[in-house]
Amino acid sequence: MDYIAAILPPLLQGSAVTLQVFLITLVLAVPLGLGLAMVRISRFKLLSGLVNGYIWLMRGTPLMLQMLFIYFALPFIPVIGVRLPDFPSAILAFVLNYSAYFAEIFRAGIQSIDRGQYEGAKVLGMSYPQTMRRIVLPQVLKRILPPMSNETITLVKDTSLIYVLAMNDLLRAARGIVQRDFTTSPFVVAAAFYLIMTLVLTYGFQRLEKKYAVYDD
Amino acid sequence: MTTSPMIRAVDMHKRFGPVEVLKGVSLDVTKGEVIAVIGPSGSGKSTFLRCLIHLETIHRGSIEIEGESLVSTNVQGHCQYVPPADINRVCRKMGMVFQHFNLFPHLTVLQNVIEAPLTVKGVQLDQIVPKAEALLRKVGLFDKRDSYPSRLSGGQKQRVAIARALAMEPEIMLFDEPTSALDPELTGEVLATMRELAEERMTMIVVTHEMAFAREVAGRAVFMDGGVVVESRPARDLFATPEHPRTQAFLEKIL
Repeated sequence: MDYIAAILPPLLQGSAVTLQVFLITLVLAVPLGLGLAMVRISRFKLLSGLVNGYIWLMRGTPLMLQMLFIYFALPFIPVIGVRLPDFPSAILAFVLNYSAYFAEIFRAGIQSIDRGQYEGAKVLGMSYPQTMRRIVLPQVLKRILPPMSNETITLVKDTSLIYVLAMNDLLRAARGIVQRDFTTSPFVVAAAFYLIMTLVLTYGFQRLEKKYAVYDD
Repeated sequence: MTTSPMIRAVDMHKRFGPVEVLKGVSLDVTKGEVIAVIGPSGSGKSTFLRCLIHLETIHRGSIEIEGESLVSTNVQGHCQYVPPADINRVCRKMGMVFQHFNLFPHLTVLQNVIEAPLTVKGVQLDQIVPKAEALLRKVGLFDKRDSYPSRLSGGQKQRVAIARALAMEPEIMLFDEPTSALDPELTGEVLATMRELAEERMTMIVVTHEMAFAREVAGRAVFMDGGVVVESRPARDLFATPEHPRTQAFLEKIL
């Protein structure tokens, strides 16, 4: 017990890094994903195609590779090349990667809404943006809650990848102690921390699903 | 006093790919007139209605609503719609009720009715709510105002849809087979609401398979087949003494 109390501070510090990456990624990648989805389903063929290619690229290569590329290779690329510190590099990679997944979730959600909803709104004089904001997206939100729950839980655990940029997240902090003290109990504590985070998320999404259960489609 | 008709549709043509669904449909509708459009499925009745309110675009012909042009075709045969802002303004003179209701499932009955006045017209909440409640009373659903559409029967849904359309204060109401998705015992309540509207001199075009309703409530009946208007006469006459052989054949089969 004393031992666990002793290793808690570094693990809590690691959790803080993990949570930061998680929250910042979520706040930036969800709106970006929505924007990408809107472009993807728009009638602008060229833009839609570009987004399609972007999604293929981001889902088709490992997140870790993307992170390493942004940190190590980006500085050497002409024109857009910038040298980013580790934390912004990690955030950039996570946001770019997760926005692609979120975009596909939003797209599937938007396309699952019946055409009659658009027509019902149109004959009432509602514009396309009004229809999206007031009629379509609120219904999309309900339908995409289960896949969004999946994706955000995955994100919590994916944050452990930032160790490749030598950042001290929860898992790397635990591993450091394991190697120092020759005991595996920090791993167990770290697992408990991850479980608590995903439990909070699971609970939050269940609450949301319950809230939206007041109506049926 | 000469007034322009509420609707003047001339020589409407509509293709879906290679299939020509409307082959030159013309119709004048005067204020307060109730028109029943009947005909076999695939005759273009619904498409005709959908073109009037710009859910579909026509390839040739012209449509005027209350004297204002929605689309016109010049002598070279070039079909031109008015600018989007004008399309909106002209189409807002019309309300529409669909076969499958198209209510917004995430909104309560009352919210369904007030949504468009709030967002489109910018009416204040305290002004639209009493009006919406009056409309719900009128269609007999005031006590369902806080229910979600999924809790309603088909007939109730359709009456909410009618109230929702009326909340935008249209001059013309278009009904696209409003009772076709309903159980037979629920059609009566919807038809009664529509009959009430007709008695208030609302201009209405009703695409329907309810021949009794067409005969009793409509002033004029239009029989469409194969993308053209075959016969357009006072409803009573059309049903009593159909002139065209195709009308006769259709009515014989259905009555």
